[in-house]
Amino acid sequence: MNLTILTGATALLFLGFIFELVRRRRLREKYAVLWIFVGVIVLGLGLYPRALNRVAIAVGVANGVSLVLFFGVMFLLLVCLHLSWEASRLEDETRVLAEEVALLRLRMDEQSERTEERSAS
Amino acid sequence: MTETLSVGEPGTGTHAAASDGPAASDPAARPAAAPAEQPGTSTRRVLIIMPAWNEAESIGGVIAEIEDALPFVDVLVVDDGSTDGTAAVAHQAGAVALKLPYNLGVGGAMRLGYKYARDNDYDVAIQVDADGQHDPGYVPKLIDALSQSALVIGARFAGEGDYQVRGPRRWAMTMLSWVLSKLAHTRLTDTTSGFRACNRELISLFAEWYPVEYLGDTVETLVRTLRLGYRVNQIPVAMRRRQSGTPSQSPLKAMLYLGRAFLTLFLALVRR
Ligand SMILES: Nc1nc2c(ncn2[C@@H]2O[C@H](COP(=O)(O)OP(=O)(O)OP(=O)(O)O)[C@@H](O)[C@H]2O)c(=O)[nH]1
Ligand SMILES: [Mg+2]
Repeated sequence: MNLTILTGATALLFLGFIFELVRRRRLREKYAVLWIFVGVIVLGLGLYPRALNRVAIAVGVANGVSLVLFFGVMFLLLVCLHLSWEASRLEDETRVLAEEVALLRLRMDEQSERTEERSAS
Repeated sequence: MTETLSVGEPGTGTHAAASDGPAASDPAARPAAAPAEQPGTSTRRVLIIMPAWNEAESIGGVIAEIEDALPFVDVLVVDDGSTDGTAAVAHQAGAVALKLPYNLGVGGAMRLGYKYARDNDYDVAIQVDADGQHDPGYVPKLIDALSQSALVIGARFAGEGDYQVRGPRRWAMTMLSWVLSKLAHTRLTDTTSGFRACNRELISLFAEWYPVEYLGDTVETLVRTLRLGYRVNQIPVAMRRRQSGTPSQSPLKAMLYLGRAFLTLFLALVRR
């Protein structure tokens, strides 16, 4: 009973926090969808702990706790993978930006040299 | 990337504060056009902004048609990391072409377009598709309608033309139209149209704030504009067939579209 209240309250707080972040435009929708999904599952498990054991039996896992551990670890792995993927994309983009800046710099230098030559002659 | 546009609360930014003032007090009675802006197209500086992504085949013809029909407007093409030389073709055709180093999406490209419009002191900015589906013949009507409102949508499904959409995509559009019509106190039949004109005040708002999410660029901008007290209106337009390329609609994506429409609208309504 106490655990039910604890998980339920945590999940609700978590969901409220995510919602507020999205509302203040601090979190992009694509990330929010993921975390809202997690919050809803935790809330469901908190309110109906017995559902967990039923799912565990249906899947053929010894008990609900191992199931939660398994899915929790899997989920965190996937999130880490996703973040690495996003970081790679951002790295590529900053690289492209740096290249563009270098090219622009060259063009500006060339241009100012040309105007200097013209004013000198 | 989004941090720059989310700094502080919307009300405290200089741009939002400047446009908030008269608008918030009495939306209905507020004159839509500043005194300096005379109705009629000749006195105002008008910029057409075209977001373009791999439209090299069609964009030359579209620009030529605009310069032919509307000699008084300037054309800005925002090439969004195209791989087919869209920017070069646009430059050849006589438009100003901004070339982004990689794809930012329609919303990102439009924000850059509005920044250009603001910095170059344009009075009216009009978004037009680069694929030739928007008939430039309607542009003077859009500009005229700006004397009554701050933003004017060129709307399909409003009587002109035979543009048709079916299935979940249609339900989504109906739902969006219904909610946004309520907010606007006028009938808006096509809230996802990318054919729209806005005035100077909205140019400076959009230059700082423009959603980058899919559907945000059309739906969320409307919600924000209406909530700041600006008037939004529409005029019926006929859509033309694509001049090249493949249409982006697929029945599989339609259901997803409905979900995203709900999410976008919901978030736009709860956000400040
Ligand atoms: N900047 C930018 N523009 C884009 C992007 N994708 C599409 N566009 C442009 O947005 C305009 C509308 O795109 P379309 O693909 O025709 O979308 P649509 O008109 O809603 O759908 P269709 O029925 O398929 O024509 C065109 O001018 C495109 O070039 C993008 O990723 N970035
Ligand atoms: Mg199109």
